[in-house]
Amino acid sequence: MVSPLDRKLLRDLWAAKGQVAAIAAVIAVGVMVLVMFTGLVLSLDETRRAYYERHGLADVFAPLERAPRAVLDDLAELPGVARAEGRIRGAGRIDLPGRALPVQAVALSLPQDTPAALNGLRLAEGSRPAPGRNDEVLVLESFARANGLGPGDRLSATMNGTRRSFVIVGLAQSPEFLYTTPPGELAPDDARFGVIWMPHKAVAALYDMEGAFNEAILSLQRGARAPPVLDAVDRLLEPYGGQGAYPLAEQTSNRFVSEEIRGLEMMSRAVPPAFLAIAAFLLYIVVWRMVQAEREEIGLLKAFGYTDAEVAGHYAKFVLAIALAGALLGALAGLALGRATVSLYIQYFKFPFLVFRLDPAAVVLGGTVSVAAAATGGLVVLRQVFRLQPAEAMRPPAPPDYSRAGRIGAGLAARLDQPTRMVLRRLTRQPLRMGGAVAGIAVGMGLCAAMITIHAGFERTVRLGFEVVNRSDVTVTFTHPLSEAALYRIARMEGVRAVEPQRHVPVAFRHGLETHRGAISGLVERPELFRALDEEERAVPLRADGLVLGDALADILGAAPGDVIEAELREGARPVLRLPVAAVAASAIGTPAYLELSALNRALGEGFRASDALLTVDAAQSDALVQALAEMPFVAGASSKAEARAALQELMDSGMGTMRFINMALAFIVAFGVVYNAARIAYAERARDLASLSVMGFSRGEVTFVLLGELVVVTLLALPIGSAVGYGLTLVIAAAFSNELYQVQALFSAASHGYAALVVLAALLVSGLLVRRDIARADILAVLKTRE
Amino acid sequence: MSADPELAYDARGVTRVYGEGRAAVHALRGVDLEIPKGEMAVLLGPSGSGKSTLLNILGGLDRPSEGEVFFEGRALHEMSDRDLTRYRRDHVGFVFQFYNLMPSLTAEENVELVTEIARDPLDPGEALGLVGLSERREHFISQLSGGEQQRVAIARAVAKRPDVLFCDEPTGALDSTTGRAVLRVLRDVNARLGTTVLIVTHAAATAAMADLVLHFHDGRIAERTRNAEKADPEEIEW
Repeated sequence: MVSPLDRKLLRDLWAAKGQVAAIAAVIAVGVMVLVMFTGLVLSLDETRRAYYERHGLADVFAPLERAPRAVLDDLAELPGVARAEGRIRGAGRIDLPGRALPVQAVALSLPQDTPAALNGLRLAEGSRPAPGRNDEVLVLESFARANGLGPGDRLSATMNGTRRSFVIVGLAQSPEFLYTTPPGELAPDDARFGVIWMPHKAVAALYDMEGAFNEAILSLQRGARAPPVLDAVDRLLEPYGGQGAYPLAEQTSNRFVSEEIRGLEMMSRAVPPAFLAIAAFLLYIVVWRMVQAEREEIGLLKAFGYTDAEVAGHYAKFVLAIALAGALLGALAGLALGRATVSLYIQYFKFPFLVFRLDPAAVVLGGTVSVAAAATGGLVVLRQVFRLQPAEAMRPPAPPDYSRAGRIGAGLAARLDQPTRMVLRRLTRQPLRMGGAVAGIAVGMGLCAAMITIHAGFERTVRLGFEVVNRSDVTVTFTHPLSEAALYRIARMEGVRAVEPQRHVPVAFRHGLETHRGAISGLVERPELFRALDEEERAVPLRADGLVLGDALADILGAAPGDVIEAELREGARPVLRLPVAAVAASAIGTPAYLELSALNRALGEGFRASDALLTVDAAQSDALVQALAEMPFVAGASSKAEARAALQELMDSGMGTMRFINMALAFIVAFGVVYNAARIAYAERARDLASLSVMGFSRGEVTFVLLGELVVVTLLALPIGSAVGYGLTLVIAAAFSNELYQVQALFSAASHGYAALVVLAALLVSGLLVRRDIARADILAVLKTRE
Repeated sequence: MSADPELAYDARGVTRVYGEGRAAVHALRGVDLEIPKGEMAVLLGPSGSGKSTLLNILGGLDRPSEGEVFFEGRALHEMSDRDLTRYRRDHVGFVFQFYNLMPSLTAEENVELVTEIARDPLDPGEALGLVGLSERREHFISQLSGGEQQRVAIARAVAKRPDVLFCDEPTGALDSTTGRAVLRVLRDVNARLGTTVLIVTHAAATAAMADLVLHFHDGRIAERTRNAEKADPEEIEW
């Protein structure tokens, strides 16, 4: 037996279905984002963990020059180490038919086909090389697919200066190469970096590594801490040209995956609260209106003997029904969308399988928080229910008292016409309610401003990185640091206009408790093709006596100009430098640290050496030139900036970056929802006044002015506040989107906030037109003849 | 098709049907009437008899389903929404049972609301004087009694010097003393300004002060009477 109050509840919900749906939708979006992102984070984390575990991905990587295999036993003996393996790793170049530019590659010795082996492979297609067949290779699946290669195809590659031909017998997936990045570049690109696995003997012969290895991979015992092991490994491998062991956390591919997952996690924390706050605001105004309109019913119920609690409970149920419906809908949508997106992410990360995990805590949290938000909005109003006395409630309400509001700005009012006075007095009579409306629209505006700023930030990152900082056309990476002679040779090549040397030296940075494995880039004192820039995009002069840090690295290290950074160079005699931070530069891409080139060379005890050269070239000869460069024996890789730029753009448009489009769409919808709701409520509250004006012969336009004038003022007030809210949100969201690969800056841009304001004003215009249509349709008589 | 400009209203065969099919409600089932300019007419009848519907059609708030309605020779039934708004703005004043005043404006400002858009209005102070509220013009609506509010509503309606004043149950929410005061104001408006006044009511006693009384029953005019002598509002039995 449904109680009459509950039947009333159902009918009330039905009568207000438009608004109920709108509010439930806002709650649903908040909960959806929460459930979806937390589910995504958990699933990706879990999938990654399972994938790493199943294929025995190493915990520590230790590159070195050359060590006899006997050293592996010493490594395995180190405390904390569970298993140690040595492998051979060599650089190579793959020539692909139909591709103008050769592709960088790494050749690796094939891991053993046992479950215990470290960095095991998953065979996606074909088979492993047959024993004794040294021309058979496995190729990384993503690379093969991106270039249309498959088992049975031949592959021509230059390794250690020799041209060789192989047969691809299988395609492999490896947890070590979820992302692959061409040398000298930052953005991963499946097509332009190949990974080839060859039988141990074959690769040993190619790189003169018989009986030796040049990379140790270790797994740790359960519970063992990495730092002491790293130190011990470094000490052990030092005589063999150890280049510094690093943990899995710093492994390139894994780091990108972690950054992406971290971004999703931050998003799940930043976005839902904004949506739930808006929902609370909307519920507040809707229930407020309802209680106002139903005073008489409330009085009647109380007169019949319903207790305050029963009556309040009735309205509370209304609020809770919307909140729960929204939360449920959001949870379901979040699950569905999470499942759909997770499979996209699986492809994006190239996980071979998916462990889908739902975080029940997220669903519970989403439900609880939305109910709490809704209750906050509703409870404020329910107090009014308690205060109403039955007898008083059943009398028609006294006209609202404007005598105080009327005195405000009386002098000014004298010069205004009556409709304008009505607008002004409504605004001043209920400053709190108007403040609420302003706050609601401001949050909507803030969301839009933040999302548009972020969007512009992405564009800025690409522009800054590839047009302003790096003005070269081609980057050439050498096999090892070279003297001026190499640069002269390049400079004389046809089509080359300018050459600028660079030297990148791997470095472990330390500042306080923070450490970071990166590189120091040695640039000439006044570089033209690749510059360090300040916030205003002016060139920062390079120093011999101090580092210029990119802002991303400065953030990681917590360093400011004047602080002294310890930089352990991982090349040559491995000197440890202590350098002050001379300046912090705006870096949109990567985590660079710059030092004047000759100072860097001096620190290494060497004369002029460059590891890279940046060129500007004639566009017409670019491809031929890159081809010729790649053929040179001392060149490890040559890449055109256009390709690197396209790779970064692709990365930002396919992974975590895609969320910026979704977020922007959601922000627009919410902004519209808030403005439209405010307009609807204003209309509901003023239907009677508007009908009276209509009867008196005011035209539809004049009537609309009285209604929307108020909304226009509220909206105009909300714009600057929304702009401030937007700036705050931008900071949080920019941090979520930024990673070590690229940074999105929370720069205040007048244009972005202008666009956001336009979105809100457009929402106002559309809402105005919709409400105006309702004014035209309204049955003015029905309104006027009923008692409010 | 006659259109006598000496008549305030001339209506022929007016019907008004709400809804369709079986759910259709016939509010007016064929009404003919002529109301001369400057008269006071009372439309009397039980609720649901169609009197308010007719008032709305004459007042330009609604259109007949069928039939013709002329105001001073002009065809209301053919007018566009815009023209009807114009017609209400220039010729018609309304007073409702529930005053419908703007609480955010003072008594005088409520009147000014109309005088600002009217072509040849009364001075707002004069209009309030007419209803005996000169003293209270600075007051907001919340500071006025029910009878005072209704008088402000009348002042607002007459301030534009309408040709016709429509009153739908103007005393419905008032006690006898204040009700009489309101009726006196209506009589004064009719007598002094020459405004045609149409009052819809189910209080039969009000009929005594009218020139013309139309009795409604079931969507039709069942009876028309003319009072040779109009009673003073003070004499009306409440």
